[in-house]
Amino acid sequence: MTNQLFTNIMLTLIWVMLSGNTSIPNFGFGFALGFVILYLTVRGVDNRRYFYRVPRLVRFVLRYIYEMLKANLQVTRTILMRKMDVAPAIIKYPLEAKTDFEITMLSNIISLTPGTLVMDISDDKKVMYIHTLYYKDKDSFIKYIRLNLEIKLLEVIR
Amino acid sequence: MTDILFIILCTIGSLVTLVAAVGILRMPDFYMRLSVTVKASTIGSGLLLLCAAMYFNVPDVTNRAMAIVLFLILTAPVAGHMIGRAAYMGKAKLWKDSKLDELEGMYDEDHHLRSGQSKKELQENDEKKADIQP
Repeated sequence: MTNQLFTNIMLTLIWVMLSGNTSIPNFGFGFALGFVILYLTVRGVDNRRYFYRVPRLVRFVLRYIYEMLKANLQVTRTILMRKMDVAPAIIKYPLEAKTDFEITMLSNIISLTPGTLVMDISDDKKVMYIHTLYYKDKDSFIKYIRLNLEIKLLEVIR
Repeated sequence: MTDILFIILCTIGSLVTLVAAVGILRMPDFYMRLSVTVKASTIGSGLLLLCAAMYFNVPDVTNRAMAIVLFLILTAPVAGHMIGRAAYMGKAKLWKDSKLDELEGMYDEDHHLRSGQSKKELQENDEKKADIQP
């Protein structure tokens, strides 16, 4: 996994040096080129995981940007409306993520989505307390976070 | 033609920051103010930096803008989380119309946070996870 990543980065750097153009699009093009070369040459099932993970990462980032914009619009509307339609609550969210790294990434992502804010994580790393602006009921909130953020994130980094 | 793109990005970036400022004034309690400002400052300054990077279009400006955005994304949520936690420990009040506060009474006296999960609850959660997973 890391092997392929380093090879890909090396191929990108070689491409950029040879073409002599250090702009961002050229880096992207070099990376895509290296990815295709690796895809054609690498053998073995274990090494194949890398090729599933990179497209997943791209899809996750795009999806996350979409969610963020959607939530941001909602918060903007709330602030500008004469009568605010807020229902704040602090909700206990049982974590699926286990390691420190996974929990850190998840709380970063939740905090960056407008409308939700991580208050604290329990000492035994079992639950997370999340402050939200739009509370309807507990189960739908937990389901929303789990399906839209946590599972997608764990798919990428596990 | 590209000028229009710069204008749009710049305008959206400053509007987002403006809305966050209005939000600080209008929101009724501390946590909601925090919730509104942390993300808006990230998104607003991110858009402005993106616009600057595209406008100047030289590598050193682009690289610096990318580094700043990266560090903003890494640090802003952590700062928000720490401020919120400190406020809750300092007993800042929630808004009177708040629907639910599951954090209440979960802190021990020495500021350790209990998860409050009994064995039975943990089992129920596992069952729910099994339901939700596609």
